[in-house]
Amino acid sequence: MTEKIGVYICHCGSNIAGTVDCPEVSRWAAEALKARGVVVARDYKFMCSSLGQELIEKDIKELGLTRVVVGACSPHLHEPTFRGACGRAGLNPYLCEMVSLREQVSWVHTDKAAATAKAKAVVSGGVERVIHHEPLESLRVPIHPATLIVGGGIAGIQAALEIADSGTPVYLVEREPSIGGHMAQFDKTFPTLDCSACILTPKMVTVGAHPNITMLTYAEVTNVDGFVGNFAVTIRQKPRYVKADLCNGCAVCEEKCPKKVVDEVFEAGLGYRKVIYRPFAQAVPKYPVIDRENCTFFLKGTCKACEKFCPTGAIDFEQKEEIITIQVGNIILATGFDLFDARRIPQFGLGRLPNVFSSLEFERLCNAAGPTNGRVVMRDGVTTPRAVGIVHCVGSRDKHYNNYCSSICCMQSLKFAHLVEERTGATVYNFYIDMRTPAKGYDEFYQRLLEEGVIFIRGRVAEVTDVPQRPEEEGRLVVQVEDTLIGQQRRIPLDMVILSAGLEPRHDAKQVAKMFGISCSADGWYIEKHPKLDPIATMTEGIYIAGVAQGPKDIPASVAQGAAAAARVMGRIQQKEIALEPVRASIDETRCSGCRICNNMCPFNAILYHADKAVSEVNPALCQGCGTCVAACPAGAISGTVFSDQQVLSQLEGLLLRNLQPATV
Amino acid sequence: MTSATAEASHPVTVEKKFMQQVMVNTPGETHLEMCIQCGSCGGSCPSAAEMDHTPRSLIALIRAGNFEEVLSSNTPWYCVSCYYCTVRCPQEIHITDVMYTLKRMAVHAGIKDPCAAPDFSKTFVSWVENYGRAFELGLMSMFRLRHDPLGVLRITDMAVGMVSKGRMDLAPKSIKGLKSLKAIIARAKALEVVA
Amino acid sequence: MKYGYFPGCSLERNAAAYDKSARAVAEPLGMEFVEVEDWNCCGATEYISLNLLASYALSARNLAQAVRTDGLGELVAPCSACYLNLTKCDKSMRESPSLAAKVNEALAAGGLSYKPGSMRVRHLLDVIVNDIGFEALRAKVTRPLTGLKVAPFYGCFVARPGYVQFDDTEFPVTLDRLLQALGAEVVDFPLKAQCCGGHMTQISEGMGLEMIRRLVKTADDRGADLIVTICPMCQLNLDAFQGAMNRHFGLNLHVPVLYFTQMMGLAFGLDQAALGIGSELVSSRAALAAIGATPEGEAGGPPKRVKKDDKALPMPAPLMRA
Repeated sequence: MTEKIGVYICHCGSNIAGTVDCPEVSRWAAEALKARGVVVARDYKFMCSSLGQELIEKDIKELGLTRVVVGACSPHLHEPTFRGACGRAGLNPYLCEMVSLREQVSWVHTDKAAATAKAKAVVSGGVERVIHHEPLESLRVPIHPATLIVGGGIAGIQAALEIADSGTPVYLVEREPSIGGHMAQFDKTFPTLDCSACILTPKMVTVGAHPNITMLTYAEVTNVDGFVGNFAVTIRQKPRYVKADLCNGCAVCEEKCPKKVVDEVFEAGLGYRKVIYRPFAQAVPKYPVIDRENCTFFLKGTCKACEKFCPTGAIDFEQKEEIITIQVGNIILATGFDLFDARRIPQFGLGRLPNVFSSLEFERLCNAAGPTNGRVVMRDGVTTPRAVGIVHCVGSRDKHYNNYCSSICCMQSLKFAHLVEERTGATVYNFYIDMRTPAKGYDEFYQRLLEEGVIFIRGRVAEVTDVPQRPEEEGRLVVQVEDTLIGQQRRIPLDMVILSAGLEPRHDAKQVAKMFGISCSADGWYIEKHPKLDPIATMTEGIYIAGVAQGPKDIPASVAQGAAAAARVMGRIQQKEIALEPVRASIDETRCSGCRICNNMCPFNAILYHADKAVSEVNPALCQGCGTCVAACPAGAISGTVFSDQQVLSQLEGLLLRNLQPATV
Repeated sequence: MTSATAEASHPVTVEKKFMQQVMVNTPGETHLEMCIQCGSCGGSCPSAAEMDHTPRSLIALIRAGNFEEVLSSNTPWYCVSCYYCTVRCPQEIHITDVMYTLKRMAVHAGIKDPCAAPDFSKTFVSWVENYGRAFELGLMSMFRLRHDPLGVLRITDMAVGMVSKGRMDLAPKSIKGLKSLKAIIARAKALEVVA
Repeated sequence: MKYGYFPGCSLERNAAAYDKSARAVAEPLGMEFVEVEDWNCCGATEYISLNLLASYALSARNLAQAVRTDGLGELVAPCSACYLNLTKCDKSMRESPSLAAKVNEALAAGGLSYKPGSMRVRHLLDVIVNDIGFEALRAKVTRPLTGLKVAPFYGCFVARPGYVQFDDTEFPVTLDRLLQALGAEVVDFPLKAQCCGGHMTQISEGMGLEMIRRLVKTADDRGADLIVTICPMCQLNLDAFQGAMNRHFGLNLHVPVLYFTQMMGLAFGLDQAALGIGSELVSSRAALAAIGATPEGEAGGPPKRVKKDDKALPMPAPLMRA
């Protein structure tokens, strides 16, 4: 039985019609492909418009169309539009095939005659293919109501609170002993100069006390199985060597511990902590951890001061790591960033010249709970600087390190300038290339700094040196820079230099991405589904991203993304199930030899092997229809719905216009 | 569209023309169009204080098409080829190579020497072209006599020291294949096209 | 190990000490130098300022001669400027076939040709440090340079721009390590990869002498007995012009400047004259007398217990880049 096929050619304004003769393609389809089942062919300026869609719907109803071919832009954009139109008119949406006359024809050719001929061939291919389409139903899978959030920084915390407040359970996994992330390290936040801890800790406390949130701190995800709505996640709870049910958070253990080490994480290497420690006083949860690598008991078998003095007997040197498995429906990755290591730029002197500080070091210096209780002093811990230089763009906007702009450093540098002036009365210089102050209150903050008398020199610092050239430089640091606005090289003697280092993806971001089945961009940030229209989703259903893990951004943007990811998840949970595209591979058991070549090829871990039957099986909910296994199977045992051999080969026949030749028996 | 109308609607602006000339005259990729005027080059340059324009400023002038000002600037002649600018430029612009190009373009255009450096190079080169080797005493005496005859007195002790320690040739040396070298140089100069 | 050897104009006369000492230390290290036949001047930084193709042709002729001399494939250049010009020529010709074609057309007029990539050009410091290695060096040291404080001076071309990169562009370390392997104490010399000024003493005397002053004064301030160089131009500037520099600024600095191969020769126990020591204008006699003055073992001893300053903040350790 011949199908009744409708062909619709879109002009897309002049995007397609400027190169392809659309009326001609439509006329040709109606005539040349009539024998193949085309009963109507139309062309229209904008098929995706309501009027355009109505053309299709009307023809389906009035002419009883059984197949539809739309020649327009890329399916990435409007496939759902045209499938939706068919569905509304009562035709199964998967009986509609969209062919690209724009990205694949009009946008890549200039020869109009040749482009029109190609457009005809492409449409012909679409017609031959759609004949072999089957009506399909979307897959519906249930959504487990629990959510996993990886990363307890501000983005993760925001997402956790929003989802938990909506009434469904949340697991918040954080690898450090306390939640809070980098924001807990800061002193003040721009542009309001709010105390970071003051605005963060209330949220942290709420997370800690929330009945719907299970916090798993000092823990890491080690494995993820499953698919959207149904993930099985394995978490390794590292041993704290402190029993949480007995610990009352008195911190006597920390006080009595005789050993101090440099705190490379929370204090950014600027201060010390004990070997049994909480990262900071407002830590959530309040339970300390023992740093096993430096603990005298674990190294030499002696000491145990913490155990001796603990009033509740909460110290447990025998504690083992725990492996926990949880079931969740959705996952949000909010794993944050690492700071660019400015020692990689040796001419700036970090690590070589004592009074050069990184931005995180300086945050700790300013912090009232930091190593100097908030006094801005030089590396000797005592002297107040009289002149301070702040260097913008360290490790950012630089093809040798990171090509991108780290977004927050200009504002951070302005903040530093204000704090230095306020606390020391020193002369402050900011060395910048451009001043990036785009958001609400940001440029006003820059104006404020101008009022406060900070000296701005437009020039990218060439070097920071301690070698004097003139008497006034003796014993001081010197920043050598071109003041580009006056076109002169200048040497500015200073006491302290702060390097506003850029933001980088976490050192293990690639491995984490792989574990969760998502990808990283060339710069190393997690890749979003669409950079403008869907920044918190990923190409993997059920995995979302939020915060700096998706790309450099400030606190308001991180909070907004955390909330956006939460909203998306809550929407899914509320609907209780999700419809998945039925574009799937399936394995013909009778043809499968059990060679398992397909198993490791699947980028989504969607193929299971049944050892008892010695055959592989595709999990339709996890399968994304990429077609890799279909191509790889040596026995040809795997076929894809919407990508069957017959469909693809027919499309080729149509492209080559072989369908127009008289049939040879 | 005829090519004339095409030119009218997409004219090659004066700015672009000069910048393109500079780029074409430099071997390899200069990335000159990538300059964000950050000033790393001007900040790193050991000669910046003596230059008419800092390297960054000179690049801005190139992009603005101010070829007269650029080619008469002493900036390229004061470049010491330390390559700090080139390795520190965040856009990987081959600034030092551009400086060499500007020197060649200035000489080719017959611009009046902004300082003694062009003559120094020309004097050096004349010995190499005539003997195949550098000849320091010849270079110093010819150059000094033309530019700073009395200055010779300031370096007398150095000159005496060099000669007494046997560190100065008193006569030029010649290579054996001088004829072949001269032919090579002549051919190279004939092949050279300065845009 | 056989290497093609490119002395360059400087090593013939004004830097003869470099040539002598390089050949003198090559022998115990098992390196055989085969001098390139009838090489010509590399053009320094002068030729390329006037003529692009001809300057490349000069270097290409040298490379072609190197191939003809022994077909060795590895060419060692002790002079940093020659090293720069030869490596730049080969790299540019490899990356631009059109440039290579033009250069070869010019060479053809002299009956020569050069296939880019046929010669691997390396600096003498690179070859000694990476092919010979520190262990082999230490094994040859019979008279360690203990008691001598040195400032290693790389100059610019070996660190930058890196047509053949073998050390860091900002703070190279290979020469430091070599001198340490010889037993000397290497002082912290932050200007070790800065420019000596090249020919600027002739173009703008004040500026040229200031660049020299900075280097000599800082080395002196940092406690160096002498400066060790790897480039004839640097040696000339810092040594021969030291007098003029002192006069210009009213200073009285006396920091001798020797080549690293001379230091190697001294540590190997070779005769000073054979190493060209004494040809420097700022005499090294007093500085070299410090060698061995502090007998080994005494300079060491248990480190003094430094009282830990309670208030000082910890500092990040520098990254080892090279």
